[in-house]
Amino acid sequence: MNASHRIVTASPHIKAADDTPTIMWSVVASLAPVVASAVYFFGPSALLVLAASVAGALAPEALLGNRGARSLRDGSAIITGVLLGLTLPPGIPLWMAFLGGAFGIGFGKLVYGGLGQNVFNPALLGRAFLQAAFPVAITTWPAASKNWWALQGDNFAFPLMSPKVPDALSGATPLGLMKFEQTSTPSLDLILGSTSGSLGETSGLIILVCGAYLAARKHLEWRIPASILATVAVFSAILYAIDSAHYPSPVFALFSGGLMLGAVFMATDMVTSPVTHRGCWIFGVGIGLLVVTIRLWGGLSEGVMYAILLMNALVPFINRATQPRTFGALEAESKP
Amino acid sequence: MKETTGQEDLLRGIWRENPVLIQMLGLCPALAVTNNVENSLAMALATLFVLVGSSLLVSLCKRFIPGEIRISVYILIIATFVTVADLTLQAVVPEIHKALGAFIALIVVNCMILGRQEAFASKRPPGRALLDALGTGAGFAIALVMLGAVREILGSGSFLGVSLFGPSYEPWIVMILPPGGFLTLGALLLCLAWWQERQEVKVSG
Repeated sequence: MNASHRIVTASPHIKAADDTPTIMWSVVASLAPVVASAVYFFGPSALLVLAASVAGALAPEALLGNRGARSLRDGSAIITGVLLGLTLPPGIPLWMAFLGGAFGIGFGKLVYGGLGQNVFNPALLGRAFLQAAFPVAITTWPAASKNWWALQGDNFAFPLMSPKVPDALSGATPLGLMKFEQTSTPSLDLILGSTSGSLGETSGLIILVCGAYLAARKHLEWRIPASILATVAVFSAILYAIDSAHYPSPVFALFSGGLMLGAVFMATDMVTSPVTHRGCWIFGVGIGLLVVTIRLWGGLSEGVMYAILLMNALVPFINRATQPRTFGALEAESKP
Repeated sequence: MKETTGQEDLLRGIWRENPVLIQMLGLCPALAVTNNVENSLAMALATLFVLVGSSLLVSLCKRFIPGEIRISVYILIIATFVTVADLTLQAVVPEIHKALGAFIALIVVNCMILGRQEAFASKRPPGRALLDALGTGAGFAIALVMLGAVREILGSGSFLGVSLFGPSYEPWIVMILPPGGFLTLGALLLCLAWWQERQEVKVSG
């Protein structure tokens, strides 16, 4: 909108400095340390995968967005691309990352009518599509290479062709080790991030710091990550207390897999999370319960993505159920 | 009922009132068995046979069908042809019969077929009913083969079982699973609506 025009609007007339681009670009900026940590741990592959998923997210937005290439200015498609890239394993072929980004924006956002209209988090929808389409490629984590410059896996697989990954090189994530081989990973490794996993989900500490910065600027609803993490911690602590041989410790549950990334950056997407404070608590507790349930009793080792997508679907109902009462309004009394 | 020519009766179902893409009828088989072109073709041909047979018979017998129980009579007639199709497929192409499974028997409840009996065959002479059934059945076949082609090319990298991209093609497994049916149909309808909108803009502008 052009500020030089006089626009007559209804009250309130207080102007806040925040608008959609400001918030979106500050989220992009706060993702920089997470991206840096991904590059630190996984080398040039991390940058390549992120670039491919961002390009995939931008392409449909620029081609089909309701304002054409200008739809890119608010930065929301870049966030989707970066977040999607951060949930992918470093060795994934670039064409798959591109496809995931394009699907996330195309089917997860544009078909609903663009920014603000979508029901599901586009980045997670892109990842869910990749998970359903290429279940092997997206769960193949190459073992950490000694040479930082070496590419992980087969990033440059020809489009539509299978990646060539030597079997001997695959390393399991801490969650996979826990679920399928019953071995735990040292807590310090988990917190700092020197483990195998998707690009942005290894270092819980950095994600927490970035999230705290966004929460302080009020660009992030702190109630959502707080309730998710608290629920996961309490639920796993109870299970751990009952049977510590079978269930992982709460610290492990908090810092393994994509929980931190999901809780701080995915679940808090303003479009797909509840608008009321009470709704945010319900939303977060629901995600936390689902995450632990899927991880421990489901077929997959990680459940953050499906937990958030399932709760996304409930957001309209949560909003309706937690609508605050108008101040001064009375409960409808029975008619005389 | 508006008078139509025979040509209109034949062509209407193929595109302008395509049962799947425009009227959104018969979506159950359109989503369930279109994971490859072969299954789509078999389902389309079986449905075409049932539709043509029952439309003709309903149109011939319309004087003798009491209005109060016409739906049950239509269902009986349709079920007769479905049984014929079911047994024929089982005898001739047992592999495809196995792949289609319960969906052959479920042609009985395909609302597209019942709809043509109620809306057209029961009110028109046999010749017209035949043309209408052929057109509608062909439209159904076109939609099913389009869905099957997209899903087979992406989901298996082949067309009618012939590999298109060589052995190292990475199949999009989701496309041959149920979500792939919904995604493909949605994308197809999206493209169609987009194309129609552009046509309308051209006509009016």
